[in-house]
Amino acid sequence: MALKDYKDIIHRCFRCGYCKFTSDYSYLGFNCPVYSKYRLESYSPGGMMWLIYASLVKGELKPSKHLSQILYSCTMCRNCSQECKFKFNEDIVNILKAAREEMVDKQLVPQIVGQFLTNVYDYGNPYRELKQNRDNWAENTEIKHYEKGDEFLYYVGCVGSYDTVSQKAARALGSVLLKSGLPFGFLGSREVCDGNEVDMLGEKGLFEFLKEENTQIFKELGVKKIVTLSPHSYNALKNNYSNEFEVFHYTQLLRDLVKSGKLDVSRGFKAKVTYHDPCFLGRYNNEYDAPREILTAIPGVELVEMERTKENSFCCGGGGGNFYTDILGSGKDSPSRIRVREAHDTGANILAVACPVCMMMLEDALKAEGLEDELAIKDISEVMNAALL
Amino acid sequence: MDIYSPLVDIVGEDFTSNHEEELYIYSRDSGAQQPRKADYVVAPKTVEEVQQIVKLANKEKIPITPMGGGLTLSGLAVPIKGGIVLDMKRMDRIIEVNEKSRYVILEAGVTQGALQSHLEKNYPHLEHSMPDAPPMATIVGNVVIQGHGHLSVAQGINSQMVNGMEVVLPTGEVCKLGSCSISPYWFTRDPLPDLMGLFLGWLGTTGIITKVSLQLFPKPKFRDLLTFTSADLDLLPDFIFDITQLNLMDNLFIISQEWPPWAQGILYVPIISAQDEEEFKLKIELHKKLLRKYEGKITLVEGRHAERMREARLPVPPVTLGVMAADAKQGGGFEYTGGILPIEKVPEASSKAVEIAHKYGQPYLLGYQLLTGGHSMMCGLAYCLNRADGEDIEKVRKALDESNKLILDIGGVLWKAEALAQRLMVQRMDPNTVKLMKRVRKALDPNAIMNPGNWSD
Repeated sequence: MALKDYKDIIHRCFRCGYCKFTSDYSYLGFNCPVYSKYRLESYSPGGMMWLIYASLVKGELKPSKHLSQILYSCTMCRNCSQECKFKFNEDIVNILKAAREEMVDKQLVPQIVGQFLTNVYDYGNPYRELKQNRDNWAENTEIKHYEKGDEFLYYVGCVGSYDTVSQKAARALGSVLLKSGLPFGFLGSREVCDGNEVDMLGEKGLFEFLKEENTQIFKELGVKKIVTLSPHSYNALKNNYSNEFEVFHYTQLLRDLVKSGKLDVSRGFKAKVTYHDPCFLGRYNNEYDAPREILTAIPGVELVEMERTKENSFCCGGGGGNFYTDILGSGKDSPSRIRVREAHDTGANILAVACPVCMMMLEDALKAEGLEDELAIKDISEVMNAALL
Repeated sequence: MDIYSPLVDIVGEDFTSNHEEELYIYSRDSGAQQPRKADYVVAPKTVEEVQQIVKLANKEKIPITPMGGGLTLSGLAVPIKGGIVLDMKRMDRIIEVNEKSRYVILEAGVTQGALQSHLEKNYPHLEHSMPDAPPMATIVGNVVIQGHGHLSVAQGINSQMVNGMEVVLPTGEVCKLGSCSISPYWFTRDPLPDLMGLFLGWLGTTGIITKVSLQLFPKPKFRDLLTFTSADLDLLPDFIFDITQLNLMDNLFIISQEWPPWAQGILYVPIISAQDEEEFKLKIELHKKLLRKYEGKITLVEGRHAERMREARLPVPPVTLGVMAADAKQGGGFEYTGGILPIEKVPEASSKAVEIAHKYGQPYLLGYQLLTGGHSMMCGLAYCLNRADGEDIEKVRKALDESNKLILDIGGVLWKAEALAQRLMVQRMDPNTVKLMKRVRKALDPNAIMNPGNWSD
């Protein structure tokens, strides 16, 4: 919906501040990653609602680059929508997205956001990487391209395909899927950005274009079932694409494969593990159990929870394109560093993730915190791969 | 003089702003008061930074308005004469909990929610008196405005629960008050000259509180509420007297509102708690037994309505009902006259408040809070407003003005009064009291930089 469709709702925000907290008002800190970092009211969900109303509805403020910087600092983690006590809570993130669409129309997006969008349009990924390099992560593996008749399309996404840290997860999941015996394949150079972040950044036209392009490829290849590495891809494909494809996040598929005995994890993996819920799997799609069911099924894994967990999970700071735009920035108060410290406080030696974006954000934070000797970031697929017979 | 750069030197660029966007947000709140523009917004992290800001402001004679959660609704953290808004919420350390002497030392930016969560996790047998406000309200903001909490009937208002404080004076010196001024322990404010009175209720016009020691209380194992209803407002003073003679409640809400329809009539909601089940049941029974005296006039509500009240009012802080009521106009604005009254004046105030609400086309919305064992009552004459409708806001301003005058005319005082309402009080105040207040402020704040415009200076 466009911003004008929310004109009777935007001014209803009281700025009461429930949106900044977890459901239990955790003393560890505010759960809005943006407010947690900047600590000025303008960077809170309520502050953003008031600024959107003042600048893009009422005309009291001229839309500016600083406004754009504020609006694009949001990671779209949905904590605000979840914690807001009012009936319009579901609309908060949608209003922000609609406001960003206006900023795109007014050509007021931060330069780095413009670069992200241009890169996706020109190259099909935000990194300006060549399409043919989208195969590189699978080099020297037996993971093959999707062929007609394969049961699953393994949709890897931009981050898993190109980011060197996250490629480990892409390969591990491919390896696990090979061991399961499921017929599957990936698209490689034919894969195009799923558009989740493009949608979150307010470039509706480009998102529609990407959706169409991907859908056309899926149809050409006769794809019926898709398993995604990234919760971001999962969110886009499951909720914003045509419903003719059955879409799974990989943790859901692996959980079922373990339960049905198609994956045997009896080799085990001895570690004290804490798990970080990705926003686009948890708060967006209400999947909190599958990753935990996998971890607890692995002999030797001791699962310990962080203070902020499941629906109260604290965003890594990478959503809404921030993994690339870095508008939230670094420093000890950056969400990813706060989250790594929180994980470290559990006494775990593995911080398990189920998202390539979280993986790259938290890996960087781990180095910045100097905790590499005490804690390792591993994707659940890596943990599982090590546990398989 | 432009002090942006010196402010950046003190707190850093990330926490200093003179951008229009920040100034817009810090120049207004969710109440009906006119926006008033700030010139700078600064969020300090340490008491030393606060000191440097105060010294800079003194040198340049620039006003400072301290801000906690910014949730007074009456614009008390919105600067009247421009200058710096000092957002204190980065000073958010819970420094120490003294379990045996039951107090917590914390910085000025600690929110009600954070303290509640900290105690639940680490000291589940202790609690603090939590106001009805959203959890974003700060502990210090609440005591500065002499707010109340969910233990205010049993234990007094929250400013009375302050054992000690650290203050940055308007001239930049740091000062400790209470036992902490002579001891490492922040355990009592007596028996010493009560200098904390120089900062509580002064709405940030006499200094900046940077730390407080707040009393904690035993958290009960059993806690419930009863809902009584009555159509006869005139019974209220006698009933309040009788129920407080029992001396067994933690808290007492009284609600009278037109919307939602199921909540109509006068609802009395005593909150009752105990550590022991037998004691708890007895307390409940004694409250029910009280109704015999008022047979047919005040009755126990049971079933679905009682459950709804339980859902709305038993959580600390209460959520549902307040949120429903504040959003009645779907307009994102809300303000109320907080009239503190002698108990016997409540029926008169209430009848006239209904007239004022109807005169301005508002459904009446009256929320009462018994204070300090039944010595007074806070009557909230509340008005929802539509921020998108200028005429509606103006109507609410007029209704608030009439409500303020009503409370004062019948002998009450106004709680967390907006600047105009403060003026109404000062006009009626003993002239020598006004002079004394001015002398105190002049002595503490020679350059009149602290939240000027408040208390009718």
